[in-house]
Amino acid sequence: MLGFTITQWLFGTLSLMAIMFALMMVFTRSPVNSALYLIMTFFCIAGHYLLLNAQFLAVVQIVVYAGAIMVLFLYIIMLMNLNADEEPRKHVLTRAIAAIIGGMLLFVMIGALRGAEQLQMVQGGASQIGLVKNLGKVLFTEFLFPFEIASVLLLAALVGAIMIGKRDTNINSKETTN
Amino acid sequence: MLNGIPINYYIMLSAVLFIIGAVGVMARRNAIIIFMCIELMLNAVNLMLVAFSTLHNDANGQVFVFFIMAVAAAEVAVGLAILSMVYRNFKSIDIDLLSRLKN
Repeated sequence: MLGFTITQWLFGTLSLMAIMFALMMVFTRSPVNSALYLIMTFFCIAGHYLLLNAQFLAVVQIVVYAGAIMVLFLYIIMLMNLNADEEPRKHVLTRAIAAIIGGMLLFVMIGALRGAEQLQMVQGGASQIGLVKNLGKVLFTEFLFPFEIASVLLLAALVGAIMIGKRDTNINSKETTN
Repeated sequence: MLNGIPINYYIMLSAVLFIIGAVGVMARRNAIIIFMCIELMLNAVNLMLVAFSTLHNDANGQVFVFFIMAVAAAEVAVGLAILSMVYRNFKSIDIDLLSRLKN
């Protein structure tokens, strides 16, 4: 097939789909459609992880990002009842400036990264480190302390989110009496 | 047997995804969409880390991606709680209206 192997075909298709869905996510007006396109982008990135033989991260990407985080986003969007008609839009000039800045940033990044690690090939099939067994060994020996800290961080975020989201009548009434 | 892909392609792909996210942050006014663009930028960085981790056959990069995912989940939970409070007080999540701290 045109001299490309199946890995290169998969890489090209997944990359094009990821970039296309990311662009559609940014430029769609309706927030719900935007969130759905972002989910598609996450699935494409999970496919890239599979291609790199990082199976554990591919599953975590689908479960955590496409599953948990985006459901939270969709839930909030539906709770606020946002739709395309009430969508605020920036001035045309501001958007043009944003596009120009993005293009310049892309130019600088590609220019800076062009010479990095030239001609090295990522051998996705040969690498075994992304499997659950090997990653689990590293995670629970070398990175045990950061792992525990991450659980404390999640607990703190849980409590913080509940405290922020709670409708606290006490504080408001104190403020009005003062 | 799978054949390799040059690391430069992964660098370009994640640079493009990162910049799409950055342009989204600059060009949109809806705070939730800005949040989603930040998630996209985090994912671009994750993809780069996984590609280099596979290239150098070093598991540290993938463990790092795992921690980034945990921190992103925490960040989204707190951020969306803040946004829902903002919506309750302002009846809007247009970030151009949220300029009270300026005065």
